[in-house]
Amino acid sequence: MITLHNVSKQFESFEAIKDVSLSIKSGEIYGIIGASGAGKSTLIRMMNYIERPDEGSVVIDGEALDQVKHKRIRHIRQSLAMVFQGYNLVGNKTVYDNVAVPLELSKVPKRDRAERVLESLRFVGLETLKNQYPGQLSGGQKQRVAIARALVNNPSVLLCDEPTSSLDPNTTAEVLDVLKRINERLGVTIVIVSHEMEVIKSLCQRVTVMADGQVYDTVENNPTGVQHMEHSAAGFVERLRSGGDANDS
Amino acid sequence: MIPDVLIEYQSEIWVSIGETFIMVGFAILAALLVGLPIGTFLFLCRKGQLLENQIAFSSLNLIVNLIRSFPFLLLVIFMIPFTRFVMGTAIGTAAATVPMMIIASAHYSRLVEQSLLDAPKGVLEAAVSMGASIKDIIFKFLYVEARSALVLSMTTSTISFISYSTIMGVVGGGGIGDFAIRYGYQQFRTDLMIYVIIIILVFVQFIQYAGITLARKIDKR
Repeated sequence: MITLHNVSKQFESFEAIKDVSLSIKSGEIYGIIGASGAGKSTLIRMMNYIERPDEGSVVIDGEALDQVKHKRIRHIRQSLAMVFQGYNLVGNKTVYDNVAVPLELSKVPKRDRAERVLESLRFVGLETLKNQYPGQLSGGQKQRVAIARALVNNPSVLLCDEPTSSLDPNTTAEVLDVLKRINERLGVTIVIVSHEMEVIKSLCQRVTVMADGQVYDTVENNPTGVQHMEHSAAGFVERLRSGGDANDS
Repeated sequence: MIPDVLIEYQSEIWVSIGETFIMVGFAILAALLVGLPIGTFLFLCRKGQLLENQIAFSSLNLIVNLIRSFPFLLLVIFMIPFTRFVMGTAIGTAAATVPMMIIASAHYSRLVEQSLLDAPKGVLEAAVSMGASIKDIIFKFLYVEARSALVLSMTTSTISFISYSTIMGVVGGGGIGDFAIRYGYQQFRTDLMIYVIIIILVFVQFIQYAGITLARKIDKR
C-alpha cells in the first residue's frame, strides 16, 4: 500500500531522516513511535509527499511519487487523508463547511455533498454540532471534526500525526475509539505517529520505533513485541545518555 | 446649524467631494485588482511558503518598496510623463487617478502580504494534504482565514488614500483637500479650512468604524 525505499531528508545541516525503508500493508493500523525530534512527523509527511525526500522513493499502490506529475500527486493526496495534532480546521468555516471542503476540492456536485457530510459527521458523533464554528468546540470535538473531514472523501488511508497529543486521557480514548472503528468498519488503512506508548499499544498492529532519524526497530504489537519495543526504546535512551551513538548498533 | 460659509461654497464642496470619491474609488479598485494579487504572490513566495521563490520575492519586494518610499508628492510629479502617455493628459481628476492607482497597489499589496500571515500555517498544510491546487488554497483557505485582517488592511489603506488624494491639486486633480487649500488656506478663510478638515475627519472616522465593525462581524475564530 505505502512503501518507503531508503528515504533520506535533510533540513539545513540537520539530518531529519536517514535512509529509512518501511512498508505498510493495506488494512492495517501501523504505528510509528519515537521521541520528539526523532523524525516521525517528517516521515509521515513523506507518505503524502508534503515533505519530499532528498533521496529514496515513496511508492503508493505501486506508483512511485517521484515519477508522476504534480497533478497526479494532488489526486493521490485525496485518497490519503491526513489528521494533525493541531486539528488545522478552518476557523472561519462552520463544522459542516469544514467537512465539505474535500468534496468541493474533488468537485463532487453540490447536491451530493450534504448527505456525505452528514454521514461523516454522524460517524464521529457530531451531527448536532454542524452549524457551530471550530472555536466553539472542545479539543476532542475539533479532532473528531478533523477526522470527519478526512473521512468524507472515502480515503483508503488515514495518516494521523500525533492526533491525540493535545488531548486529555478521556478525549484521547474517544478519538482512538473513532480511529479503531474507521479501520474495522470502513477498512481504512491507518498510519499513526505518536510519542505516547499507550496510544500505540492500544491501537496498532505493527509498530516502528524511530530514533535519531532512523528506524530502530519494527515489531508486532503483541506481548513479546511490546516488551521488545519498550526494551529497545529504553536501551536506546540509555545509550544516548551515556554519550553513545545510535549508529553503533 | 450648518455654518454659512459651507452653504456659500456648497456647490464647490460637493464637486470636490465627488473628485475625492473618484480618486479614492479608483485607488480602492486598483488595490483590489492589482494590490491583492501582488500581495498574495509576495506572501506565497516568502521563505517556507508554498511558492517559495527568492528571486521573484526580492524583485517584487524591491519594486513595492521603491514605490512606497517615494514621497508621494514627488511620485506624482515624477510620473507625469507616464500619466500623459497613458491618459493623453497629465492634468485633471482622471489623470490624477493614475498615480493614485499606482501607490494604492503598492500600499495594499504590502498590507496584504502581512495580513495573510494571519492564516495559520497548519491550515495551509491541511489544504495541501487534501490535494488542493494553489488557486483552491488561496480562495478556500488563505482568504477565508485572513479575511478580517484583509478588511482591516483595506480600511487602513483607504484612509491613506484619502490622505494621498489631498495633494492631487498639484496636477489639477481637485478633491476636498485641494478645496481646503485653495479656498481655505490661500484665501485666508481659516474657518472654511477648519470646516473642511472636520468633514474629512468625519469621513475617516466613519470608514474606520465601518471597517472594524465588518472585520469583527466576519471573524468567527
